[in-house]
Amino acid sequence: MLQLDIRHRTGAFMLDAEFETPSGTITAIFGQSGAGKTTLINMIAGLIKPSDGTIVSDGHTLFHSEKSINVAPERRRIGYVFQEGRLFPHMDVRRNLGYGHRQNAVLGFAQIVDLLDLGALLERRPATLSGGERQRVAIGRALLSNPNLLLMDEPLASIDVQRRSEILPFIERLRDELGMTIVYVSHAVEEVIRLADTMVILSGGQVAATGGVEELMSRLDLFPLTGRFEAGAVLAATCQGYDTEYGLAELSFAGGTLRVAGPEMDIGVQVRVHIRARDVSLMLGRPEMTSVLNVFEGTVVEIAETDSPQVDVRLDIGSPLIARITKKSMHDLNIRIGVTLHALVKAVAIDRRSLKGSTASTSPRD
Amino acid sequence: MWALSAIETEAIGLSLKVAFWAVLVSLPLGVFAAWVLARRRFYGHALLNGIIHLPLVLPPVVLGYLLLVLLGRQGPLGALLFDTFGITVAFTWKGAAIASGVMAFPLLVRAIRLSYENVDERLEAAARTLGAGRIKVFRTITLPLIAPGILAGAILAFARSLGEFGATITFVSNIPGETRTLPLAIFSAVQSPGGEDAAIRLVVISAAIALAALIASEFLARRLGPKG
Repeated sequence: MLQLDIRHRTGAFMLDAEFETPSGTITAIFGQSGAGKTTLINMIAGLIKPSDGTIVSDGHTLFHSEKSINVAPERRRIGYVFQEGRLFPHMDVRRNLGYGHRQNAVLGFAQIVDLLDLGALLERRPATLSGGERQRVAIGRALLSNPNLLLMDEPLASIDVQRRSEILPFIERLRDELGMTIVYVSHAVEEVIRLADTMVILSGGQVAATGGVEELMSRLDLFPLTGRFEAGAVLAATCQGYDTEYGLAELSFAGGTLRVAGPEMDIGVQVRVHIRARDVSLMLGRPEMTSVLNVFEGTVVEIAETDSPQVDVRLDIGSPLIARITKKSMHDLNIRIGVTLHALVKAVAIDRRSLKGSTASTSPRD
Repeated sequence: MWALSAIETEAIGLSLKVAFWAVLVSLPLGVFAAWVLARRRFYGHALLNGIIHLPLVLPPVVLGYLLLVLLGRQGPLGALLFDTFGITVAFTWKGAAIASGVMAFPLLVRAIRLSYENVDERLEAAARTLGAGRIKVFRTITLPLIAPGILAGAILAFARSLGEFGATITFVSNIPGETRTLPLAIFSAVQSPGGEDAAIRLVVISAAIALAALIASEFLARRLGPKG
């Protein structure tokens, strides 16, 4: 467990953060560029000294301003996967991997090579690797130093959008197979939803909110920070069955069963589904003839109006569900808090990439 | 015609010895000075930079005279050296090496400093997160990455040392077999009546040595440079 409570001033920018990250999980540090995310994890790694505060990892004090404790980065046992990889250009992949190798590492060299599929790259120089290959080497190099905690600073940012799906399954393996405690910095909502268990939302150097991904993503007041366009409820669900004839997965969650179009999925797989508010429509009365497969009955619990012609409506359908509708519809249907209505979610609107764990049990590469 | 005379062999040998020791002794100092200038920010940075670069702009004779005042048998440093170690540098080949080394120092430092500035400090930070202390980081990351700059600086300093004249003749005079390096031998030949032929032979030899040094450095740089 990492416990952090620090303040740091650089010029006019003030970073003030206090949070804890549970062991064996991925905690996302989420925020727009300039929110202070990288500065924050550089402090955890020991590369930047905070002005004031404490950092404690698994009971070991790494930084304590009042007691003048500031453990050197090489003695913190914290692995760091940088945005740009930072492989050593004068060494081949094998020597890069071996650089920080501790013999007592949980996984040996051969296992890391196998886990990250690096066998074919060992004799190559970093300059000849693709962005995705470089990041896999960087992850392996960090793991071989046997860290207690792994920091990842937007590891997908330097990789083409199409190739990001090559890396995500490897990061999921670190969580699912190694039980690594990971602090993952990102400004991409979909990455956070897919990978993280808890999240810390940073805004202008301050912690705006901390909590479970599902809880925070469903909070209407955080939409300006979590990204208005992509905003929507995040549900934890379990695969109950797969309809091979129509290619539909049946996912059960607290509010019922959700049918999602997409590739085959094993029964029992735990997934996390992101249902964007703009993909949900509302209806008074019971819909009868409709192409929409998912219909949920629920009560309006919150309405967030903004300056725009749209409003976000949060329903309780057993778990939270958010719909974005026009103000006109809201007035026409007389939607108020406490009203019971039906929410319609198109099965094809749900992006398969938002399904956490959907590919973890299958091939690691697309 | 092609055989070297005893005087020529002596001058060549002396020049190589002086230049070799000048570079060898100033190299660690140069690596350190370059690191200080490239990586440290402190009060007096500009002053230190100025002092290191002084030999580039100062007349060599002035520098030779300063060395004589400081390191002569009666000079404050020279007396100390003689009293504690029994070493005399004035009017010896060791003094010639010191004069060459000081004159070449700015060239050495400039080349190494440039390569320091090209080393991505983020790579050093990455190495530290992998458990490497400052010394291991320097040995395994920084040093290999600045190696081409060190080589370039050393070759440049070596070539500069071979050509050193003004500071040498002022500080250690022009003693055959002790301080008469190639440039001083050329000067002596030109000064003596009918010495033009001898001077031309020495000029050709100097040019050949300088060219060989450049070719050797090119070859080494290719072997040291990034592969693949």
